[in-house]
Amino acid sequence: MKIQILGTGCPKCVKLTEAVKTAADALGLAYEIEKVSDVNQIMAFGVMMTPGLVVDGDVKLVGKVPTVDELKKILVK
Amino acid sequence: MSEKHSCSCACGGAPKLIFACSGGADVGALADQAARKLTRDGVGRMFCLAGIGGRVSGIITSTEAAASVLVIDGCPLNCAKKTLEEAGFSDFVHLNLMEVGFQKGESPANEENIENVAKVAAARMTM
Repeated sequence: MKIQILGTGCPKCVKLTEAVKTAADALGLAYEIEKVSDVNQIMAFGVMMTPGLVVDGDVKLVGKVPTVDELKKILVK
Repeated sequence: MSEKHSCSCACGGAPKLIFACSGGADVGALADQAARKLTRDGVGRMFCLAGIGGRVSGIITSTEAAASVLVIDGCPLNCAKKTLEEAGFSDFVHLNLMEVGFQKGESPANEENIENVAKVAAARMTM
């Protein structure tokens, strides 16, 4: 599973990264995580707000930091 | 519980999004140009209606997270409105240019008409 975190490095983006790692580890998923901080790359996803979460190329959420439990549901979909 | 955040960086507050039908008729061009003017004026941000039709995940999720959504249709076919509805959106403000006096085939996308549509649209966005 490829997980991408869209954000320019602000505290919310860092928080989302940590929460995603926690959720993925708790689920025992095999994953790689990439931080995408280039604004042009972020825009290329069609995303207007950050932080953003992309799983295997699909943008799953933008503009918020969900709880670990919510992230688990997103990651197993 | 999830929460929306705003800060001074790229994760700023959720934007007000504007979708225009951008159709082939003069009123489609007028809707399009008014949406672009509203974006230039900072009233909201024009976004890609085709991305909604194509179910582009980034466009869909950004629209779901928007502070508000304005949809501008040029004619009574209401293609933009129907496109949003087909994608599951219902919580948006809709403006049809015919309802505010712009007739298809008689409403060139000139400066005066663009200005007038932008004024009406801006007022709808703040309602």
